[in-house]
Amino acid sequence: MVTPMTQMESPRIDSARLAEVSRGLDRAEIERREKVFSVSGLGVSYHGKPALEDVTLDVHRNTVTAFIGPSGCGKSTFIRCFNRMNDLIPGAKVEGTVLYHGADLYARDVDPVDVRRRIGMVFQKPNPFPKSIYDNVAFGPRVLGLRGGLDERVEKALHDAALWDEVKDRLKDGALGLSGGQQQRLCIARALAVEPDVILMDEPASALDPISTTRIEDLMHELKREYTIVIVTHNMQQAARVADMTAFFSVVVDDDGSARRGILVEYDTTAKIFTTPSDTRTEDYVTGRFG
Amino acid sequence: MLFAMLVAFGTLAVLLVDTLITGWPELDRQLFSGPPSTVPEEAGARPAILATLYLGLIVLLLSVPIGVLTAIYLEEYADRERWWNRAIEVNIQNLAAVPSIVYGILGLAFIVRGIGVGRVVLAGGLILTLVVLPTVVVASREAIRAVPDSIRQGAFALGATKWQVVWRQVLPASIPGMATGSILALSRAVGETAPLIMVGAIVYVAFDPTLFGSYTALPVQIYNWTKQPDPTFQTLAAAGAIVLLTIVLGMNAVAIFLRNRYRRQW
Repeated sequence: MVTPMTQMESPRIDSARLAEVSRGLDRAEIERREKVFSVSGLGVSYHGKPALEDVTLDVHRNTVTAFIGPSGCGKSTFIRCFNRMNDLIPGAKVEGTVLYHGADLYARDVDPVDVRRRIGMVFQKPNPFPKSIYDNVAFGPRVLGLRGGLDERVEKALHDAALWDEVKDRLKDGALGLSGGQQQRLCIARALAVEPDVILMDEPASALDPISTTRIEDLMHELKREYTIVIVTHNMQQAARVADMTAFFSVVVDDDGSARRGILVEYDTTAKIFTTPSDTRTEDYVTGRFG
Repeated sequence: MLFAMLVAFGTLAVLLVDTLITGWPELDRQLFSGPPSTVPEEAGARPAILATLYLGLIVLLLSVPIGVLTAIYLEEYADRERWWNRAIEVNIQNLAAVPSIVYGILGLAFIVRGIGVGRVVLAGGLILTLVVLPTVVVASREAIRAVPDSIRQGAFALGATKWQVVWRQVLPASIPGMATGSILALSRAVGETAPLIMVGAIVYVAFDPTLFGSYTALPVQIYNWTKQPDPTFQTLAAAGAIVLLTIVLGMNAVAIFLRNRYRRQW
């Protein structure tokens, strides 16, 4: 009786996939770590139309947490709640609570500018400023008024982003002359230069070639020793390779087909999500039957 | 297409060559150093040239700061849901299309007589500022809008305040576009004649202009010379036109140079 069952299951639990996710931490280890974010009942709407509903999850320190799901499932909307970037979009409204080290991020007296100083962000498309490489990295410290030791700070950030050796002789050159992969690592260096607590990455490798993608993924493994990383990705293999925890989002459509909104379907260790998910929708997605 | 270009460039070339040939004999030191005179051989355009430079300077100092700040407000701060912001926008677009003589009449009524500034260089500069201000605003807004939103987002994500995002990222990135637009507007101001005639750029000024003194301007001087019966004055007018054209084309060349030098590849 057992044998046919195993054969049926085997395409999902193949050893290659298990090997890929084995770099992730186990559940007990993750939960021992301090909660950086504690999200409960979070919803986002644009001009009264809900885009994301009722998300509850925790993000732990020194882990990589990935959000995956089909287009329009609200994963990018969700990641922008962590550094209050949705505040910049007219008509966006956030409900529910996001606790950051136990303090409400959306409390009345919290200045979004202070939030973004501690929670850095890297965007989908590399967006270096039209300035020199040095000035790009120095921008963050400069707006924070950290003038002392700027050279060391820039060098350390570029080192940590694995870019120093490629650019150390041309720090004064324009950042727009770098390749796409270098530009994205520059954007990571730029975020690191202010020594944030958390780094949010919104599909950081989606505009890059495979080699640059690998470098960014290796970098994430390095960075999680010092930082907490939250990443949105379209690419399931990427989530499997880098993340300790994975949240799967999906889209629900109203009965009349008019409104679409994102929901959180399942949140668990990456190993569990990719090998033995509890929800059939997650299973369909990670096995490639959907999306 | 080719025909249209040939007509355009051909006309310009013929005009330039004809003006050059006609004006060449009078394009001498006398033109730059002498005051106007009823004796054509002694007439020069020094007060007119100087006044035109003064006017250009006044327009530059007033229209660029006001125009750039207006553009920043409209693009970065104004809430388009508010009716007064939409009203300002529509107004600026309409003002850019108003004929300059209308500004001349307005200036005569409000600046020269209303506030009582008088027929002086400053009044002329104020009117010309009004004439070109909408153009400066429109050009500056274009330049600001060309800065991609990803730059603003990137700066915000690093904990920059709105003020820092605007002054350290958006403004530096849009300066080449603003400079190009402002120089083109300025070269238009320098060539304007109609509003200056309205606000009293008088024709015979024998002394160097001051901010609060009577003045004439190069285009007005040229216009006046063409009306004189003595053919030598026609030659003088052509010589004056060469000077004016050199100033205007030189400014346009600087604008084009700036635009090409700082073209961005976002």
